[in-house]
Amino acid sequence: MITADIQTVLPEILLSVYAMIALIFAVYTGKDKVAPLLTTLTGIVFLVLAGWIGLNGSGTSSVFDGAFVSDAFSRFAKVTVLVAAAAVLVMSQDYMSRRGLLRFEYPVLVALAVVGMMVMVSAGDLMALYMGLELQSLALYVVASLRRDSVKSTEAGLKYFVLGALSSGLLLYGASLTYGFAGTTLFSGILEAANEEVSLGLLFGLVFLMSGFAFKVSAAPFHMWTPDVYEGAPTPVTAFFATAPKVAAMGLFARVVHDAFGGVTGDWQQIVAFLSVLSMFVGAVAAIGQTNIKRLMAYSSIAHMGFALMGLAAGTAFGVQSMLIYMVIYVTMNVGTFAFILAMEKDGRPVTDIAALKMYSKREPLRALAMLVLLFSLAGVPPMIGFFGKFYVLRAAYDAGLAWLAIAGVVASVIGAFYYLRIVYFMYFGEETDALDGKMTPVLWTMLMGSAAIMIVGVVNLFGIEPIAAAAAGALVN
Amino acid sequence: MEDLLREYLPIVIFLGLAIALGAILILAAVIVAVRNPDPEKVSAYECGFNAFDDARMKFDVRFYLVSILFIIFDLEVAFLFPWAVAFQDISMVGFWSMMVFLGVLTIGFAYEWKKGALEWE
Repeated sequence: MITADIQTVLPEILLSVYAMIALIFAVYTGKDKVAPLLTTLTGIVFLVLAGWIGLNGSGTSSVFDGAFVSDAFSRFAKVTVLVAAAAVLVMSQDYMSRRGLLRFEYPVLVALAVVGMMVMVSAGDLMALYMGLELQSLALYVVASLRRDSVKSTEAGLKYFVLGALSSGLLLYGASLTYGFAGTTLFSGILEAANEEVSLGLLFGLVFLMSGFAFKVSAAPFHMWTPDVYEGAPTPVTAFFATAPKVAAMGLFARVVHDAFGGVTGDWQQIVAFLSVLSMFVGAVAAIGQTNIKRLMAYSSIAHMGFALMGLAAGTAFGVQSMLIYMVIYVTMNVGTFAFILAMEKDGRPVTDIAALKMYSKREPLRALAMLVLLFSLAGVPPMIGFFGKFYVLRAAYDAGLAWLAIAGVVASVIGAFYYLRIVYFMYFGEETDALDGKMTPVLWTMLMGSAAIMIVGVVNLFGIEPIAAAAAGALVN
Repeated sequence: MEDLLREYLPIVIFLGLAIALGAILILAAVIVAVRNPDPEKVSAYECGFNAFDDARMKFDVRFYLVSILFIIFDLEVAFLFPWAVAFQDISMVGFWSMMVFLGVLTIGFAYEWKKGALEWE
């Protein structure tokens, strides 16, 4: 029996063993000298694992007495997380090594964070959930303050740590209430206890659990850490924060509300809808005043989480499907956008002020065009696939009878379009300023152009992601 | 629901008593104590000497490092103890789980050693 258990969690075990071997290898050999090698190798390991999980896995298996579930949903989320993490790792290499930030702990910590995310999306038990979440968070706290001699970076790490600890506390309190009133930590057991009629204690547990998740996906009103952490952390780390952990946390959110509280959809639907509306509007309105592109991307991610939550709020299989599609599109857009931001430099120093982009199109027409496509996609302008992501979640919300939520979403996305378009305006109009450096590494260039191309080419059939997401959603909601 | 809450009644009483007692002790000091300060009384107490230095001096960050590293092994013992006590009743899975845990911990230890976290200078 234990053999079957271990076989199912083999990807996670292999990745943890890889991380430990990499750590020992690096510390006993060249230390930071082997960091570039480790970074590339970790990226390759991620991709190999993603391919293995994506192509090999089939069916649903629940192991370790139900604590760990491997189904189409977890596989979908894992592949997305792994590919996103690999892309960001590869992108960060040049930026970090030029600034002396590429320590060998960085790829190891990212690998461990990814193990945590894989456990999160596969959790079938409150304990497995918490273990995965903490493994992911602890690695991320360290990564956020990677630039130890910078006040902003250490502040980001500390803030993230303190607020993350608070959210973990909320989550644990919710978990303890849930355990107390359901009598079990297993999701399947909670599902039985919370069928049709849900006791007041269990409802409190649910609300606290969801507050904890809202922290992790940075949904308003639990979003306040996001702008500071995004601004303070080194840019490649910000890119990482904006992609893989968001997918994992959203997967975990969907997993808990459907697997453990799937019988009482009506009870959590209102909360998710509330989080969604608030996130969309906070993200859209608060970003208007931002001039720092990293802060702007933080608010943008808050707004995007609002849209993804809208899919979840529908409470149907189609809702989960639309959420998964939205997350994949969101991650693709963010990888491209951050590839652009990573190349924003003047005299070799990173620039984050959006005013520095004035008349960018004159000097770098192709890159400006790619960024324009990405920004239009982020805003949800029709010909790009960002629009289809929004279209899916809006339809899911509308089909589930949440027409008001869909309307709010449309309004918020119109408000949000303003600040994306303002960057476009800066790039194409406005007066000339000091030019940014024209250099861009081939890796970043490929990521930027590839991501922008996907935004347009993906319109045809979304690269066939739709049926896969539908299967994943079907495995979760039944 | 009612019954369940009633089970927590002792805890509520205990909490109330703890708060009340704490408040009484603090308030009693405020109300009853004789207060007659002079510079000698309010200055920092250093055993037998005049105070050398400001009390708010900077600690070497390595103290924290050592204490954090110590906590890890502290926790290890906290895990090992119940495991050892129940050793007769646990299966081979339980045994090997602990071995894996110790192995992972040893890797962390080897890392911190080679990294130089244990060297004072």
